[in-house]
Amino acid sequence: MASCNCGHQNDDEKQKEFGDLLAKYKGVKGALIPVLQEAQEIFGYLPAETMKQISQSQGIPFSKTFGVATFYSQFHLKPRGRNIIRMCQGTACHVRGAAKVFDAVSTNLGVAKNETTEDRRYTLETVACLGACGLAPVMMVNSDTHGRLSPDSAVKMVKNYE
Amino acid sequence: MQTLLDKCCDKCTHEPKNPCRDFIKCRKEGPICHDDESCRQKRKDIINGIHLPEGTDKKNILICAGTGCTSSGSRKLVDVLKEELQKHNLQDKVKITMTGCHGFCEQGPLMIVEPDKTFYVRVQDSDVPEIVEQNLIAGQVVERLLYKDLATGESCKTYETVPFYARQQRLVLHNCGHINPEEVAEYIANDGYTGFARALLNMTPEEVVDEVKKSGLRGRGGAGFPTGMKWGFVRQAEGDKKYAVCNADEGDPGAFMDRSVLEGDPHAVLEGMMICGYAVGADEGYIYVRAEYPLAIERLKIAIAQAEQYGILGDNILGSGFNFHLKIKAGAGAFVCGEETALLTSIEGNRGMPRVRPPFPAQSGLWGKPTNLNNVETYANVPHILRQGGDWYATLGTEKSKGTKIFALTGKVNNTGLVEVPMGMSLRDIIFTIGGGIQDGKKYKAVQIGGPSGGCIPEENLDLPVDYDSLTAAGAMMGSGGLVVMDETTCMVDVARFFLTFTQSESCGKCTPCREGTKRMLEILTRICDGEGRMEDIDTLERLGRVVKNTALCGLGQTCPNPILSTLRYFKNEYLAHIQDKRCPAGVCPNLLTYVIDPEKCKGCGKCAKGCPAGAITGEKKQPHTIDTTKCIKCGACILGCKFEAIYKA
Ligand SMILES: Cc1cc2nc3c(=O)[nH]c(=O)nc-3n(C[C@H](O)[C@H](O)[C@H](O)COP(=O)(O)O)c2cc1C
Ligand code: SF4
Ligand code: SF4
Ligand code: SF4
Ligand code: FES
Ligand code: FES
Repeated sequence: MASCNCGHQNDDEKQKEFGDLLAKYKGVKGALIPVLQEAQEIFGYLPAETMKQISQSQGIPFSKTFGVATFYSQFHLKPRGRNIIRMCQGTACHVRGAAKVFDAVSTNLGVAKNETTEDRRYTLETVACLGACGLAPVMMVNSDTHGRLSPDSAVKMVKNYE
Repeated sequence: MQTLLDKCCDKCTHEPKNPCRDFIKCRKEGPICHDDESCRQKRKDIINGIHLPEGTDKKNILICAGTGCTSSGSRKLVDVLKEELQKHNLQDKVKITMTGCHGFCEQGPLMIVEPDKTFYVRVQDSDVPEIVEQNLIAGQVVERLLYKDLATGESCKTYETVPFYARQQRLVLHNCGHINPEEVAEYIANDGYTGFARALLNMTPEEVVDEVKKSGLRGRGGAGFPTGMKWGFVRQAEGDKKYAVCNADEGDPGAFMDRSVLEGDPHAVLEGMMICGYAVGADEGYIYVRAEYPLAIERLKIAIAQAEQYGILGDNILGSGFNFHLKIKAGAGAFVCGEETALLTSIEGNRGMPRVRPPFPAQSGLWGKPTNLNNVETYANVPHILRQGGDWYATLGTEKSKGTKIFALTGKVNNTGLVEVPMGMSLRDIIFTIGGGIQDGKKYKAVQIGGPSGGCIPEENLDLPVDYDSLTAAGAMMGSGGLVVMDETTCMVDVARFFLTFTQSESCGKCTPCREGTKRMLEILTRICDGEGRMEDIDTLERLGRVVKNTALCGLGQTCPNPILSTLRYFKNEYLAHIQDKRCPAGVCPNLLTYVIDPEKCKGCGKCAKGCPAGAITGEKKQPHTIDTTKCIKCGACILGCKFEAIYKA
């Protein structure tokens, strides 16, 4: 999920990309979820205006679009940080002390689950298994997976992401 | 001929628009339509490059590029190895193959040198020059990088002698870690697509269904429904349009076999789905993959594109008149979407909520059409059944559970990873022989099997032969095959609460027993863990659990009480300790612990007092410190910080 918030791409470009996206999926059946996924890749989250435009283009009520966007944990209605930290809280990680790792990172960054730091550098999320259970406890920062974490090593690792 | 699948010369007429019936066979044994020694030689040369023949002076270095090893740094190894090979001018003698997961990620990054089967573990960039100079040039194995047997301390020279692999029977995982998953030719060189070709060209759809019935294969997604029977229903269902769908949502936290199969051998899943499409009469398929698995999605995309490029997938496949098209749908993060009816509504673009069955998807599934839905591992078994026959397959396993099963062995066990064994092996063999026992010499307490729908199995049931029926009788469930090993430091009440936290937040809310029941059960468990439990809570939990089990709409609700009921069944004394004595025997539940400094061990360095966020620690310099339990917020920082291990929980 490369959600680019670097600021290099200006809003016009994003709007154009979004326009192309709407055109691509016009009239395709069952396309709502892929459209939302790709729109989120462009904007980093799903602004209300974007969801309205998607509803119009797909010819479905806004209430349904909103319903779908709030049902799945992948969709975000608020802007997120530049770096997305996803701490695994799955069973394998849990029995190997994932809760402590989470607490250490959470305390260090001063944010709770699903919160973003004030400088927008990090968003802290949890996930129910990254499929790398052999390396438990595990976290993902953006698209990198890091395993065999301790509370200290996780905090250090996170600092590597500007 | 660049790869095995290209034309050998102009006489070959095969292309997707003008397919040759014998394409698969021809590429491996041909040419079939014309006789030409040089064309035959071209094929042999390519196959010999994939499977090094005996006595060759060439080497094939397999480097694991699965998710686990990538996170431990395996991509970098490839770059360094390439450089080193250049330096010694070995690039033509040594091939590098990037593979999928070997299932032993904990020891990663893994590297195998073929044809010798040398197995190196935890390989770092700095080890590469030594491997090249000592192993590749001087022909000496690099001893210090070999896996050491935990019991005997001896090094294992080849992967076949590593105890973790020695007792496994790798059928579905056969290719994983041994072929390049991004190269369809390697799959074909390993008998790939021959099961499909046999079904398509030599059998009627009914015969294919019968072959799968004969094999006794049961669904690997959880419930263990007989696969052949399901295919038969879809075959018989009325309808001009049918679908074959693959459930790759793998929601059970702690299970990662589907991910490894998709990443390591994606064509096996494609082949299984194509055989299914032919058997049930579907011309379109969907693979529903979790969005948390970007690498699996990438590999599937490549696999589909390559199969289409050579006319193995598409219209008029191998000139048979059979059409099949595959699409990938990325899930959006909802556990309940693993449930079959929810998954299908999610593909249609809706909120993924389950609906009442019947009608079953076999009658009315995707967009109201008859739909066959199977799990990744189920589909990946099918090519083997068509290659070697249903009767052969039925010789593996137990009376009612045929074949092998992949387990994800994790938690407090020495060897974590993917374990594929015939059904019926005992848990003791899996955990102690293959898994190498419990970490740090601790005592085994239980193994949790089947994830949020499953249960815990205690010491006294360790000799249980594992199959669908024996696990259900023991109060657990096969589920997807996640095995999470727990030792004396795991609190069983906390485990139950952990699973309920998960199911409560994943409950879709459509039906009351699950929506409200999970909330109440979680409240009670939280209360017990916090030391505020009451004696009647145990009865309430049991009663609530039974009601939710019997009245919930879908499998999520129907099975969510299992973790509570099975821990109550086997570990009631832990519940009682929490409720009556306000004590957590495993030392996990924070509210029931106090932090204490051992005056014998404390050197009075003052580090803990400085680090304590609550200012709860006092003491003179160089004198034993003490913790004021009324101020302590039980954050645990002092324990981690103390260099003298003077602080403990009691
Ligand atoms: C809450 C819930 C989650 C499920 N998650 C999965 C899953 O992640 N993967 C899967 O293959 N089956 C899952 N299942 C089982 C499917 O509903 C279905 O039975 C299975 O995919 C059928 O395939 P099979 O016959 O090959 O096992 C889940 C069921 C429930 C009730
Ligand atoms: S049992 Fe739970 S998850 Fe299933 S339909 Fe009812 S509320 Fe939804
Ligand atoms: S850190 Fe350990 S040794 Fe130092 S004062 Fe605290 S308890 Fe004593
Ligand atoms: S557990 Fe935390 S609050 Fe309690 S004494 Fe130690 S550092 Fe202080
Ligand atoms: S439980 Fe954490 S990666 Fe699977
Ligand atoms: S990712 Fe390398 S062994 Fe699993």
